[in-house]
Amino acid sequence: MSIKERMSGNEAVSYAIKQINPDVMPAFPITPSTEIPQMVSGYVANGEIDTEFIAVESEHSAMSAAVGASAAGARTLTATSSCGLALMWEVLHIAASNRLPIALALVNRTLSGPININCDHSDSMGARDSGWIQIYAENNQEAYDNFIQAYRIAENKEVLLPVMICQDGFITSHAVENIELLEDEKVKAFVGEYEPEDFLLNPGKPMAVGPYAVTGYGMEAKKNQEIAMENSRSVILDVAREFAALTGRKYGYFEEYHLEDAEYAMLIIGSAAGTAKDAVDELRKTGKKVGILKLRVFRPFPGKEIAQALKNVKAVAVMDRSESYRGGGGPLGVEVGSALFMERVHIEAVNYIYGLAGRDFTVENAIEVFSEMEAMVTEGREVPQYQYVGLRK
Amino acid sequence: MRTDVTKITETSPYAELTEGLKIYAGGTSKKFHTGEWRTSRPIMNWEKCKQCLLCAPVCPDSSIPVADGKRGNFEMDYCKGCGICASVCPFGAIEMKEGQ
Amino acid sequence: MNSRTIEMRWHGRGGQGAKTAALLLADVAFKTGKQVQGFPEYGPERMGAPITAFNRVSDHKIRVHSHIYTPDFVVVVDDTLLESVDVTSGLKADGAIIINTSRSKEEILPLLKGYKGGVYTIDARKISIAALGKYYPNSPMLATAVAVSGVMDTEEFLDEMQASFQHKFASKPEVVEGNMMALKMALEEVTRKQQEVA
Repeated sequence: MSIKERMSGNEAVSYAIKQINPDVMPAFPITPSTEIPQMVSGYVANGEIDTEFIAVESEHSAMSAAVGASAAGARTLTATSSCGLALMWEVLHIAASNRLPIALALVNRTLSGPININCDHSDSMGARDSGWIQIYAENNQEAYDNFIQAYRIAENKEVLLPVMICQDGFITSHAVENIELLEDEKVKAFVGEYEPEDFLLNPGKPMAVGPYAVTGYGMEAKKNQEIAMENSRSVILDVAREFAALTGRKYGYFEEYHLEDAEYAMLIIGSAAGTAKDAVDELRKTGKKVGILKLRVFRPFPGKEIAQALKNVKAVAVMDRSESYRGGGGPLGVEVGSALFMERVHIEAVNYIYGLAGRDFTVENAIEVFSEMEAMVTEGREVPQYQYVGLRK
Repeated sequence: MRTDVTKITETSPYAELTEGLKIYAGGTSKKFHTGEWRTSRPIMNWEKCKQCLLCAPVCPDSSIPVADGKRGNFEMDYCKGCGICASVCPFGAIEMKEGQ
Repeated sequence: MNSRTIEMRWHGRGGQGAKTAALLLADVAFKTGKQVQGFPEYGPERMGAPITAFNRVSDHKIRVHSHIYTPDFVVVVDDTLLESVDVTSGLKADGAIIINTSRSKEEILPLLKGYKGGVYTIDARKISIAALGKYYPNSPMLATAVAVSGVMDTEEFLDEMQASFQHKFASKPEVVEGNMMALKMALEEVTRKQQEVA
């Protein structure tokens, strides 16, 4: 029996952390993720968990302390948003290259500037090549479920990589919604104890972490790190299968919503996928064959699977909630376009930028995008392959 | 993947390296003889040495052993001839000479 | 009781508890078995700055994550907002607006840009002072919102709130009684006004 509750996304992730009771959490507060360290430190103060909470002086320090704690053998996590993640930048790469299975609860917020506290994905997309696994959530339930799966993926011996569990700032982090929680003992049994084979605080087995590598070793080390990311593909699916057996909630690299017979698809990440699903339901009532591919796992990037899932559609709208300033689209647009090309899937694709700095994305916006896809295919309407939706013109 | 560090060399294929290049051994610097880098060497004049021990802590390669409050002879396997000890000695007891 | 999703928008000022009221409504609706959403819109948050909060309440899973532009109900926690914020924007004609004010409905109507739906005024200050001795508009506004929107049965609402207050104010039982009184007074007043309309 699951526990029916209602809580915000930040509460949900904090609750998962409480149930997991990790060893060390260094953190520095930043909106909109502040509530996570706040609630976890509350659990610590109340004696509900025995996590060592470290109040550090910056996010760079938070991630540095996380690297130290994880190397020492502790199950470690932190939480941040936006510029906090940017300040961790250097150390994100250290965590990944040292193969430390740290969990990071990321509450997506736009990067400055202009300074703004609301959601877009520019923070995590900026860190997309830092070597971290990235998993995104549509709602509070998924943020909770993803966090419970995080350590099982990160700590797998074939993986040993840090993992970022992302949710949309304010839109889910501060929204109270219904949620089904697992009992504490089920979470504990699922996540298990962290038993690293090797760790610094093991006097019987001395080791060194993060040594200088001359050119003769550096490239091989990076290849091995890349292999670990590839290995995470099957681990992510295995863990999801086990999680489904426990909860009945199924996860994969992505969720397909009415995609099977769809002529027009929207590929989207995060909370806006829920809004887009409502648009699909409305359009399906009028006989339009539309569907959603909601991407959950962005790193590793499931390019082949995405291309295969889209191969029968006439057109896809690739929705980016961040601008990459490459002068022609967002990060998802590039990666999906590349995947379609490499898999020889020849369909129309338009890259839309939406929801920057918290710009609301509505059911009407989604319908507008689908209509444009259809007009492009059926009427031959000229549609710019890269454009903004919801922009004031 | 706890691999014997002595079996890893610059000719090892990537699959034989450890994850994150972690080194599964302690005190591995002992295996690395920085003395081979030396182009000049320190010569002790024990008559001038007052055993003040200013030289020992500044040696970057821990080549000046200290026991019972007294420094001993240089460990030439590790002394790379940098001359810092000679510079800090207040009594001119260490002189640097060209050559291995 | 309605089987579709009910959407509600709250207007208040930073520090007045409009966000808390929206979260409380989500809370109490959840307890009666509903699917809920309660969320604020954050601007440059400062005490006194206009803020907006939202609720969706449904019998079905709620997936949409956008703001609410065509609400069924609007609650205005501070009547000074009527001059500066377009509170009836998108408000459905078969819905209603609830305004916390000491002014009469007749005085308020000209500020509502010709809104044709239900208009309910409630003097939350008067009720709060009478019941609690202090000005906390949340309880009376919440009760009024529940009664007008019909998101749940008012008896069920009172039972849940009693339990919730007892939990929240375990160390201050006298506050429980005051808050319950504030809820009941608001319910009585709004029921009287609903009957007048009918």
